[in-house]
Amino acid sequence: MTALIALRAILHREALRFVGQKGRLVAAMVRPLVWLFIFAAGFRAALGLSITPPYQTYITYETYIVPGLLGMICLFNGMQSSLSLVYDREMGSMRLLLTSPLPRWWLLFSKLLAGTVVSLLQCMAFLGIAALWGVRVPPLGFLTIVPALLLSGLMLGALGLLLSSLIQQLENFAGVMNFVIFPMFFLSSALYPLWKMAEASPALATACALNPFTQAVEMIRFALYAQANLPALGWTLLATVIFGAAALWGYDPVRGQMKAKA
Amino acid sequence: MLKLALLLTTVALPLSAGEIWVTNEKDDTISVIDVDTLEVTRTIPTGERPRGITFSQDFSRVYICASDSDTVQVMDPTTGEVLYDLPSGEDPEQFVLHPDDRHLYIANEDDAVTTVVDTQTRTVVAQINVGIEPEGMAVSPDGKVAITTSETTNMAHWIDTATQKLFANTLVDSRPRHAEFAAGGQELWVSSEIGGTVTVFNTADQTEKGKIRFEINGVNADLIQPVGFEFTPDEATAFVALGPSNHVAVVNAKTLQVESYILVGRRVWHMAFSPDHTKLFTTNGVSGDVTVIDVASRQAIKSIKVGRFPWGAAMRPTKG
Repeated sequence: MTALIALRAILHREALRFVGQKGRLVAAMVRPLVWLFIFAAGFRAALGLSITPPYQTYITYETYIVPGLLGMICLFNGMQSSLSLVYDREMGSMRLLLTSPLPRWWLLFSKLLAGTVVSLLQCMAFLGIAALWGVRVPPLGFLTIVPALLLSGLMLGALGLLLSSLIQQLENFAGVMNFVIFPMFFLSSALYPLWKMAEASPALATACALNPFTQAVEMIRFALYAQANLPALGWTLLATVIFGAAALWGYDPVRGQMKAKA
Repeated sequence: MLKLALLLTTVALPLSAGEIWVTNEKDDTISVIDVDTLEVTRTIPTGERPRGITFSQDFSRVYICASDSDTVQVMDPTTGEVLYDLPSGEDPEQFVLHPDDRHLYIANEDDAVTTVVDTQTRTVVAQINVGIEPEGMAVSPDGKVAITTSETTNMAHWIDTATQKLFANTLVDSRPRHAEFAAGGQELWVSSEIGGTVTVFNTADQTEKGKIRFEINGVNADLIQPVGFEFTPDEATAFVALGPSNHVAVVNAKTLQVESYILVGRRVWHMAFSPDHTKLFTTNGVSGDVTVIDVASRQAIKSIKVGRFPWGAAMRPTKG
């Protein structure tokens, strides 16, 4: 019971923070929309992209990058919550939270879930706009994508959590941008199919395939067309477990990074 | 009980059961696609370079232009066996079956003639001199007028089927490839591949009624090359294949305005409807596949791999 109260309180705080920061709300929507409206227009393949599953016919570039942009929303949200955790630690509210009698993993999971729900709402809003923009999504896809987005959100949130346990100061967040977000995003199938990457360099294509963000994007891509990509689902689950366990270790006051910072 | 079960089985059978027959120009084969499963169910060998394909009215025979074999093959569609060849003149590319279900009007690309063949007596009834590189063929619904378009002369030649003589020639834009009668025979539509247009004529006096032009965002105008086209049964809408622009245009047949463009495979040539006209199958020459368009939503739903360089397409209903 107490656990649920704590979960609700953390969700509420995250929701308040999200709604309260109007600029963040707008920025969260603008980022993927800029990619969809401007970047995709610039790269528009008017003659169509070759067919790769789950697509059954030729598609425009706009259609191709929508799952990647949904992944992007999850990625930025995961990092954003990592940023907020560092902030919380600096401000002291983290200590208050972690002194709660509830198990630490539950508190961290609640935090993770809160961030994921916010990310899911943004994704659905973006998907709605993309559909109005002319990107065709089967109606069932709006439903089947929800679990895929939740799992992707949890995986990237867990990564954020892990990073937040490693980052000493708020100022270091720029490093996260350079060393985590950009490589993860560009070394993935979000903007270009893997076979296209393999044309340029097989090594890069392998790196892309190993990137958990690629697996999340591919899982989202198939789910959007009401199909399951089991290998991608498996890899994303595995990455979630590994990042989650490492984050827990990082937040363990006896063994992890918290010891050094306490 | 058994009767009821049989009845239910009959009711449950799809009403639209049918096949799309696609000629593969480079493979010398026909790919047969099931319109319900959207899969290739059979591949049938033909003569060399099969292009034009059409069924007899009762669908008991299929006629195939085997261009490089210089013949029109007649096949039993149930067995896939070639029954006999018809004399066709050299290099038959495209043909049309007269509404009498007996006479084939064949364009002989290399000879600048249109050959009329009686499919029952298997003899050439007439050969009519037309322009250079004839290709597009059409016959009016009343059977009185046949059309040949010549790719190099850039003309539609009007043939009186009673006398088998030309009675008019009308200029169209560069390289006319395909012709069809519309509006119950009151209009003739001719596509011009290099000109990038479709010209609409009044059949009564052979005057030009209008011209359809195409424009696709991001696609070079040179790539927009109209070839085959088909009308919905109410003749309110025409679907026009635009060759290497990889798009099919949806045209309002009354206003002659383009309403939308549908992305399909590479170098789209010709097309055929499913028996219930809910799906349209386009042959994409370069990508070697057939794109299925949902007619109601005007969206491509699937592309099916067939042989190399699919060219012609024809529908055959099946009993399910």
